[in-house]
Amino acid sequence: MATETHEAASEMAHDAAQAAGHAAESAGMPQLDFATFGNQIFWLLVTLVVIWWVLSRIALPRIGAVLADRQATIAGDLSAAEDYKAKAKDAEAAYEKALADARRQAQKIVAEARADIQKDLDAATAQADAEISARTVESEARIAEIRAGAMEAVETVAKDTALEIVAALGGKADAKTVGAAINARLKG
Amino acid sequence: MAEEAGTGLVFHPMDQFIVKPLFGDGPVHWYTPTNAMLWMAISVLAVILLLVIGTRGRAVIPTRIQSIAELAYGFIHKMVEDVAGKDGLKFFPYIFTLFLFIVFSNFLGLLPKAFTPTSHIAVTAVLAVLVFVTVTVVGFVKNGASFLGLFWVSSAPLALRPVLALIEVISYFVRPVSHSIRLAGNMMAGHAVIKVFAAFAPLVLMSGIGVVVTPLSIIAITAMYGLEMLVAFIQAYVFTILTCVYLKDALHPHH
Amino acid sequence: MEGDIVQMGAYIGAGLACMGMGGAAVGVGNVAGNFLSGALRNPSAAAGQTATLFIGIAFAEALGIFSFLVALLLMFAV
Repeated sequence: MATETHEAASEMAHDAAQAAGHAAESAGMPQLDFATFGNQIFWLLVTLVVIWWVLSRIALPRIGAVLADRQATIAGDLSAAEDYKAKAKDAEAAYEKALADARRQAQKIVAEARADIQKDLDAATAQADAEISARTVESEARIAEIRAGAMEAVETVAKDTALEIVAALGGKADAKTVGAAINARLKG
Repeated sequence: MAEEAGTGLVFHPMDQFIVKPLFGDGPVHWYTPTNAMLWMAISVLAVILLLVIGTRGRAVIPTRIQSIAELAYGFIHKMVEDVAGKDGLKFFPYIFTLFLFIVFSNFLGLLPKAFTPTSHIAVTAVLAVLVFVTVTVVGFVKNGASFLGLFWVSSAPLALRPVLALIEVISYFVRPVSHSIRLAGNMMAGHAVIKVFAAFAPLVLMSGIGVVVTPLSIIAITAMYGLEMLVAFIQAYVFTILTCVYLKDALHPHH
Repeated sequence: MEGDIVQMGAYIGAGLACMGMGGAAVGVGNVAGNFLSGALRNPSAAAGQTATLFIGIAFAEALGIFSFLVALLLMFAV
């Protein structure tokens, strides 16, 4: 290497030269130039300490906090979503319940109406039945009356006719005896 | 060294790694502001830009930059938790620091004309030794002498255990070496290879064969650059996850 | 003259060291290939093992990098 930028390099080159004998152009590997070691190590330590300080004082707590924040936010969002889901489920259950209630109510109303109608119907039927039976009784009474009347008339007619017949045959009709005979015959 | 006198091509693949003072040509003292310092400072700025300025909104719904910062945070946080366990999370800021420094140095180093601090053994060795020392100290503080049980493989046959213990001890002490050289070597190798291909690129100006060589080398640079993007991330990832693995050994030595 | 021989030896050594990269290539290919064949048999378990895959690749690749480093040392530091 042809660079002679500093004495140390050329010293190094001289050392190498004693072995190789062609010192002038060989400065050796810059990595083995011990004169620069102190400089590099010093600045390296400074660099490391600065990076370490920046990281442990500022960067890492901040990034850690951001990551924790995000974790918390995500967890919070998830639990909020869970809440909303539970709420939605509740609302759905309430809706279902209301629906079922309404249906039950409707059924009840229908049943009530049906019962009312049935009652009215029953009452009307009963009334009609009563009326019919009353009429029947009345009619029967009248029929019985008519029949009795007719019976009486038949009796009278039969008595009169029997008296007339007896008289016509030349007998002397005793109304009392004829009546008794007719009555006996009618009964028999 | 490798100067091709015939074609006039100039190979200086290692020049990009030279540490030079920013101002003037003086010697490099420990306090001298150098290009190494400049690019480390730029990675610090990038870290601050991404992690402090980018997240200043503290938005629950993140902006683009904030979500990148959160992605990096979550990535390393999960890695530490998965590999080193819950009690490894105390070391999360430290590991995140290492990861961010390495990843930003690697990527910023891929900019043309940039300097890559992580391509230097001095830098990666310090990083690896820091990890090594931390892990060893934590191991002894947490477990006391029973930390040495890490080297005594109780599941092996008794006769083998001393041999295994020796191997385990050696491998334990080789850790910082391989840990640092892997990172520095990967960075250095990629940049040097790109530079070698780049040295072939101007051949078209000098010789007829350049008509073939120049497009090939430009394609090769592009391909290497893509690979280096991958390597820049993977090496940072590997360095970090190995740190977590070593930390796990220190926290729970009984395997 | 003597220096030239040393330099020649260094360059030859650097070239030889590059053979280690072939070994690393075989190793990385082995790791990735075995991971893939395992992953195709049990794709559900694959996602959890990518970290292990990268660690394995990094270990295999590190040895190739070591050989590259030896080559660089021979070229530039000897």
